Amino acid sequence: MSNGEVTFIIERFDPEKDTAPYPQEYKVILEPGQTLLNCLNNIKWTQDQTLAYRYSCGSAICGSCAMRINGKAVLACKTQVSDCVKDGVIRLAPIGNTKVVRDLVVDLEPFWNALKRVRPYLTPDSQDAPEKEREQTAEEFSKIDPSTTCIMCGACYSDCNVLEVDNQFLGPVALAKAHRFIFDSRDGGGHQRLTEISETNGIWDCTHCGECTTRCPTETKPLSRIEEIKVKAMAEGHHGNAGARHVLGFRETVGRRGLLDENYLPLRTVGFFNIPGLLSIMPVGLRMMWRGKNPPMIPHYVDKVGEVNNIFARFEEFRK
Amino acid sequence: MKWTAQSGERGSYILDLECGGAGQYSERGVMYSHDVVIVGSGLAGLRAAQELAGNLDVAIITKVYPSRSHSGAAQGGVAAALANMDGDSIEAHIYDTVKGSDFLGDQDAIEIMCNDAPRTIYEMEHLGCPFSRTDENKIAQRAFGGHSFLRACFSADRTGHALLHTLFEQTYKMGGKLQVYSEWYMTRLIVEDGVCKGVVAMDIATGRMEVFSAKVVLFASGGYGRSFEITSNAYANTGDGAIATYRAGLPLQDMEFVQFHPTGLYQHGILLSEAARGEGGYLLNGNGERFMDKYAPGKMELAPRDIVSRSEQTEINEGRGAGPDKDYVLLDLRHLGEAKILERLPQIYHLAKDFLGVDAVTDPVPTQPTAHYSMGGIPTDNDCQVILDETGAKVEGFFAAGECSCVSVHGANRLGTNSLLEALVFGRRAGKKILEAASTAKSSSIDEKREIAAVRAGIDKIVNTSAKEELHPIRKELKNVMTYKAGVYRSGSELAEAHKKVTELQERFKHVRVDDKRENFNTNMLEAIELGHMLEYSELIVAGAEAREESRGAHARTDFPTRDDEKWLNHTMAFRKGDGGYELKYRPVVITRFEPEERKY
Ligand SMILES: Cc1cc2nc3c(=O)[nH]c(=O)nc-3n(C[C@H](O)[C@H](O)[C@H](O)COP(=O)(O)OP(=O)(O)OC[C@H]3O[C@@H](n4cnc5c(N)ncnc54)[C@H](O)[C@@H]3O)c2cc1C
Ligand code: FES
Repeated sequence: MSNGEVTFIIERFDPEKDTAPYPQEYKVILEPGQTLLNCLNNIKWTQDQTLAYRYSCGSAICGSCAMRINGKAVLACKTQVSDCVKDGVIRLAPIGNTKVVRDLVVDLEPFWNALKRVRPYLTPDSQDAPEKEREQTAEEFSKIDPSTTCIMCGACYSDCNVLEVDNQFLGPVALAKAHRFIFDSRDGGGHQRLTEISETNGIWDCTHCGECTTRCPTETKPLSRIEEIKVKAMAEGHHGNAGARHVLGFRETVGRRGLLDENYLPLRTVGFFNIPGLLSIMPVGLRMMWRGKNPPMIPHYVDKVGEVNNIFARFEEFRK
Repeated sequence: MKWTAQSGERGSYILDLECGGAGQYSERGVMYSHDVVIVGSGLAGLRAAQELAGNLDVAIITKVYPSRSHSGAAQGGVAAALANMDGDSIEAHIYDTVKGSDFLGDQDAIEIMCNDAPRTIYEMEHLGCPFSRTDENKIAQRAFGGHSFLRACFSADRTGHALLHTLFEQTYKMGGKLQVYSEWYMTRLIVEDGVCKGVVAMDIATGRMEVFSAKVVLFASGGYGRSFEITSNAYANTGDGAIATYRAGLPLQDMEFVQFHPTGLYQHGILLSEAARGEGGYLLNGNGERFMDKYAPGKMELAPRDIVSRSEQTEINEGRGAGPDKDYVLLDLRHLGEAKILERLPQIYHLAKDFLGVDAVTDPVPTQPTAHYSMGGIPTDNDCQVILDETGAKVEGFFAAGECSCVSVHGANRLGTNSLLEALVFGRRAGKKILEAASTAKSSSIDEKREIAAVRAGIDKIVNTSAKEELHPIRKELKNVMTYKAGVYRSGSELAEAHKKVTELQERFKHVRVDDKRENFNTNMLEAIELGHMLEYSELIVAGAEAREESRGAHARTDFPTRDDEKWLNHTMAFRKGDGGYELKYRPVVITRFEPEERKY
């Protein structure tokens, strides 16, 4: 689709007067090279002044203009409309995982508050300011280069599948922010940060769906950053939490049997001596048994399990 | 008193549950009171807050969330004579800045800024700013227009973003010691008998209007580039702080000096940083010639911005532009190679790609001059205290820093990378001075009803009316006339035309219509308020330019092509008259060490 008329179907909602969101249609003659923000401004300035949305820089750096186009979060100011028109129609809605304030404007307080939980500032080893800059190699800088490009637009936050079901999850923005310090050679708080975000609601609650990275308009790519944190957390021995135990348990059973031992894994994840934890998963286990869905009590091995054991052994050697 | 995230206002985030002493409600339960109210959360506002939080009860009012302030859009770098790459010196930085300003900069202020630059950079580095590095693991520095050494410290081409987020991060560290009213819109400055008492602001989310009383108010509200059609400025840069100041009866200084940056993305105006030329990019005209050898053979593409923009405009005006309408020139990065473009200029690469569909690795990028920086603004002394009149008397309890102010370190033309520096250096100075000032100042009483009524009356006039004038055409016509009649080149007759047009638009604006009658998140009304600001300051840009019969820095008169130190080595001061008109007066420039000389590159 290039030039021609495009119908914008925009989700309107003013919680102070409407009972529910409703779609409103606007027609725009598309000119070449027009961004979504250009079109919205065109609508607001020539058709309907009451349309509410946020924007400021117009150049993809301030992070104000995230919204959902055809169901997916994007930055309005950097999105070419011609790339998104389907059968002459574009659907716009506010970003997800938030409450609507008006039309495309959402309440961002929970978003900003989530950052608090990762103490989003450098905690240097020493408080004495050296006379000059602290040294950092180009390689060290390159480790934080991606996560420092985050513009906090909330596109990833909008489409995060975990946040949708659990608003206590730290979420991709806060985790990318944590990454930016954990991997900063000048930060002294790495160990503590890793301990904290390895707990419930942290890195291990991410389900790797990858929506955050797909939506991210910068080089931050939160999923990759979360993966990097996980690797570091494991390598540095942050094993005293459910997420890490799950990973270790996974490796243990596959390494031993070539197959997942689905009886062992939940117990290993919760912790064999964690009585309240074990009690809490018991009902699920009982229900599975009741329905005949429980895995076999005596776990299987794959054929030629020796080869799997070999692979794991060689990997361990390689790692050392 | 105790504030919690729940009882705190929507749109104001409080970073800790305790907020000692903040927000004393008056009997009516609506008056907000703080020792210090800072308007603006860009580099200048946040840096000042850093100095004050923990010592005084300090609040920031900002119309966008702090990390969305326009400082974040700065790309190329921040200047400091660290000498990490060469034999740079603070002396050289001072001289380059004085010369770059076309001798209109106040030399004492320039010395303060350049002397404090290295400390400022180290401080930002210690707070965690991610700077690009040299092979020796130091902060890397690159070339920038008008600077005679490699002086621009940078973080790829996202320097402003890196600095702004570093200070934004610090607001979280300050916890409950700083209260931020995000998405609150300051609409009025309260000054009585030379004493500043506070501001009126509106919570954008609800439309609620409140008086904020303060012992000291600091404006750090950014620039006024939005009244031009082609501009690199955010939509938020509508000179609100400057106009609130002006309407409170205080002068504005050097408003006619608006910088046009040579490389705005064609038709969009979006900035392609000078870093592109600092890293070795060329400018070509429609015939494929590097035309800068005609205008500044010594510095070529890295001559100061005013000179490069004029050279481009001359090429275009004389028919040597590129494209079907010969109305742009080309920024050529191809010879830098893909690796360097992607490593050092990634943002520029993506902007060209996303907004024009041009791949800078294989094709030159269409560019044109774009309104970029406001040299003029609220006049202050070297400690950022606002000046009351041409004698230099000061307003009690009122400070300004950053782009909204005019200290003046940039004079008639700012050197690239000096304004992030200015915002940081003078933001800190303002903070230090305010600490002193607020400890002796007393809160004074405000007639709250009257103040709110004054703002309401203005708003009602545009909202509750059957008027017919549409907002957008007025704004469009204003931007057009400012770009083409008061832009890179100006003449007496064009400026007169522009002036007439602006007054006509002001008249039409009195009958402007705002369709949105809702209170909550009414951006239609905010746009109208902002257009009112733009119309008011645009007249001052034009008037100052009409009066100034010389060419100096960014102000280039075709009918007076040379600088005239005899008559015009002075700062313009625009005062608002009772009838809404203006009056221009002048104030001498501070010259300490460098006598004006011809400016050649
Ligand atoms: C695209 C671009 C690139 C640039 N690149 C460079 C560079 O490489 N190097 C350099 O030195 N300089 C650069 N500059 C200039 C520099 O970025 C600015 O001069 C500087 O960041 C201004 O900072 P500030 O703190 O004064 O204001 P800003 O960062 O503009 O902040 C203004 C603040 O005021 C608030 N505000 C305004 N009006 C109101 C109101 N009515 N009510 C409440 N709050 C209000 C806003 O919310 C915002 O928080 C660039 C400028 C642009 C436009
Ligand atoms: S308006 Fe700033 S990111 Fe889109």
